[in-house]
Amino acid sequence: MSATLTTPPVSTQPPAEHRPTYLNITKTIGSWLLTLDHKRICLLYLLSIALFFSIGGFAAMLVRLELLTPAGDFLTADGYNKAFTLHGIMMVFFFLIPSIPATMGNFLVPIMVGAKDVAFPRLNLMSWYVFMFGSVLAITSVLLGGVDTGWTFYTPYSSTYSNSAVTFAALGAFVAGFSSILTGLNFMVTIHKMRAPGLTWFRLPLFMWAIYSTSVIQILGTPVVAITLVMVALERTLQFGFFDPKLGGDPILFQHLFWFYSHPAVYIMILPALGVISEVISAMSRRKVYGYTFVAMSSVAIAIISFIVWGHHMFTSGQSVYAGMVFSFLTFLVAIPSAIKVFNWLGTMYQGSISFATPMIYALGFLGLFAVGGLTGLFLAAMGTDLHMHDTYFVVAHFHYIMVGGAVMGFYAGLHYWWPKITGRAYPEFLGQVAGTLMFFGFNFTFFPQFLVGYLGMPRRYHAYPAEMQVFNILSSVGASILAIAYILPAIYLAWSFFYGKRVGDNPWEAKGLEWEIPSPPPTENFLKPVVVTEEPYTYTKEAH
Amino acid sequence: MWKDFPLFPEAASTSARDVDLLYFFIVAINVIFTIGVFAVAVYFAIKYRRKNEHEIPPQPGHSTLFEVVSSAVPTVIVMIIFGWGTWLFYVNYIPPKGAMDIFVVGKQWMWKLQHPEGHREINELHIPVGQTVKLTMTTEDVLHSFYVPAFRTKKDVVPGHYTTLWFTPNKVGKYHLFCAEYCGTQHSGMIGWVHVMEPADYEAWLQGTVRGETMSQAGERLFGRLGCNTCHKADNSGRCPTLENVFNEPVRLANGQTVTADEAYLRESILKPTAKVVAGYQNQEMPSFQGQVSEDNVLQLVAYIKSLKKQPEVKK
Ligand code: HEC
Ligand SMILES: [Cu+2]
Ligand SMILES: [Cu+2]
Repeated sequence: MSATLTTPPVSTQPPAEHRPTYLNITKTIGSWLLTLDHKRICLLYLLSIALFFSIGGFAAMLVRLELLTPAGDFLTADGYNKAFTLHGIMMVFFFLIPSIPATMGNFLVPIMVGAKDVAFPRLNLMSWYVFMFGSVLAITSVLLGGVDTGWTFYTPYSSTYSNSAVTFAALGAFVAGFSSILTGLNFMVTIHKMRAPGLTWFRLPLFMWAIYSTSVIQILGTPVVAITLVMVALERTLQFGFFDPKLGGDPILFQHLFWFYSHPAVYIMILPALGVISEVISAMSRRKVYGYTFVAMSSVAIAIISFIVWGHHMFTSGQSVYAGMVFSFLTFLVAIPSAIKVFNWLGTMYQGSISFATPMIYALGFLGLFAVGGLTGLFLAAMGTDLHMHDTYFVVAHFHYIMVGGAVMGFYAGLHYWWPKITGRAYPEFLGQVAGTLMFFGFNFTFFPQFLVGYLGMPRRYHAYPAEMQVFNILSSVGASILAIAYILPAIYLAWSFFYGKRVGDNPWEAKGLEWEIPSPPPTENFLKPVVVTEEPYTYTKEAH
Repeated sequence: MWKDFPLFPEAASTSARDVDLLYFFIVAINVIFTIGVFAVAVYFAIKYRRKNEHEIPPQPGHSTLFEVVSSAVPTVIVMIIFGWGTWLFYVNYIPPKGAMDIFVVGKQWMWKLQHPEGHREINELHIPVGQTVKLTMTTEDVLHSFYVPAFRTKKDVVPGHYTTLWFTPNKVGKYHLFCAEYCGTQHSGMIGWVHVMEPADYEAWLQGTVRGETMSQAGERLFGRLGCNTCHKADNSGRCPTLENVFNEPVRLANGQTVTADEAYLRESILKPTAKVVAGYQNQEMPSFQGQVSEDNVLQLVAYIKSLKKQPEVKK
């Protein structure tokens, strides 16, 4: 076992309805809204981001409906611009960035290090309130008529020219950024300071390495974008001249500041998913993760290199060709740790005992989509081809493969994998497999055609487009409706199973890890006895059973 | 059927095929690795599927060879792509000789183009085939990006800067011109056409369209109208530096630096005179013309100053 037993064996556990768990210990709304329990905070986040995901998804449907026909006939031009902006802001700042860290991270960081809670439980609750306050600001901007700058807020359009509610949206993202910083800080301190005796760094589950690397980016990167958004707001409201040349500023400065954060932010979104996939593939194959140290170090390498590649968003901006070369080179370097992870996952599956349970369906889908997403990045990292493909649908397809194909598939994989632990109940397995398969095909159906239309030259953020590009857009819109079903289905059956699902034991997957040694759902204090770790993670041995 | 399902834009510039070639190479890498990874994953999943519920499979050991190969292979491949992509970019970066100049001003939401001979176009650009064309671009308002898929190239158009883009069309035809950088409400309406013509047709087009004065004539007129000539005199008798022969020459600045008087420098001297003051003129004030002249006019003034450049043989 990876740790000395801290709880009585499964058979002597009283069933969850007869013992106190973090879910049933108090029942009032107030006890949820003022909870300091990291597991309850996980659920608060889960509900909130589900809401924002729905709003973002609804905006995406509007976009796809508009693009069914070449003419701009379903929405007005402004309506369209506001729809894709809402989609981007909701999905990036209010869904993807918090998604895995704030939910599964919150639930698992203390448990995986063998602690009762995160280092600063009050701060953790505050992070959620800060996040919600940010979302209120962002949603206010919608009520005030919406924002039309794109989630990138490029200046001087956002700072001087746009007539929409930019200030509110920018402040919303600014405030939500603090939540991200505080969460990162909390996790980092927890992982440093609260590991159980015997739990050395190299005995940490790979999900912890991923969350740790993510926290580093959150803490170092987010302040930069926060300040940048404040600068936009100041230029808009008080005419400070930062970015608009008419006020004496420089629009390129904005791009540097924005991407200095927003490129690493891509890794805030994907690194936790990579961590989840390592856990899921190992558990579903019952094998130790192949090349543990390589996988762990590749997370750290990605986090570091991600800070020095931002200029690859600016190859066409007129930046110096030599700067471009350096950025291109460094960008190619990031491909290496990513490839290493993929190969090591395959090595983990080799000779394993592989289950086709829902988490594995998602993990397999993830492997395919992440491979495409990563490999298509090569076109954009190469300056010669990027000149043609930059700001076209090719880029849109590429980053959706990473951020939806990768991060969201990873999110669903983890959600299903830990769902029995979080709720103490099983989700309907068959429906889960159906939804996972549907998501994979629906996703490809939606986004693959966008690579093709991108190479054909369709620029992104186009409300109307030339007729010869229609066929790809129809495919994409049809695929999007399949994808919508694949997203709604789990929302329904997971919600149902939360209340009515079959009760499960402590370790339904027969997986390794501290989280599987405590009751499902866990008691408020997580561990009933002090934890001592004596072994490497993922120690599956024949003698164990 | 392929007409309704086009996969490539037309290739109409000398570098289009080179870009396509690198594209094909990376497509091949993509196909091999995607299919490889996915096929291996599915194959393993099926071959090693769980046969009984509590089974524990053999555990992995450690293979240095595997780790070395799995890091070395991607490293080699990405370095090849890096080298190729950078080379492609770089050869297209070196300014061409004997290019035909076109001046572009982006404006929400249209493209304004001027030929040095004075022809002005909106959202259309006529150019002769086989002739290298160099665009010098700026914008009156927000960012735009000049994108011609058939030429496989684009360049952002940035307020407050001159950016340049060049290409050599090698196929007669009519090609899409797009604005690729989001610029507000009618971003997707900021489109047009590039007409690549046989040289004879191009001549005919030039003759057939009304042309006003040339850009430098327009600039000369502005030079008088805006009162530049009250300070800047040809013979250096004014209180200001003469503008004869400044273009593309080194200028010593008051702060000791030396810069080359390229288009961007001339533009800045007109709009933000205090940014770079010529040595010896610290005590003279040149008024800023920011807000009084449009970017079109600045381009004409720049064209005029360029035309004042003396030919080498008339050297004093
Ligand atoms: C009131 C006098 C005055 C007027 C009017 C004036 N300038 Fe100037 N200009 C100066 C002075 C003084 C300098 C040198 C100091 C400096 O670099 O700012 C200068 C510098 C320049 C330079 C840089 C020359 C070099 O050798 O590097 C350019 C180009 C220029 N002016 C263009 C113009 C144009 C075009 C106009 C009309 C739109 C104009 N100026 C109007 C006084 C003037
Ligand atoms: Cu990036
Ligand atoms: Cu535009």
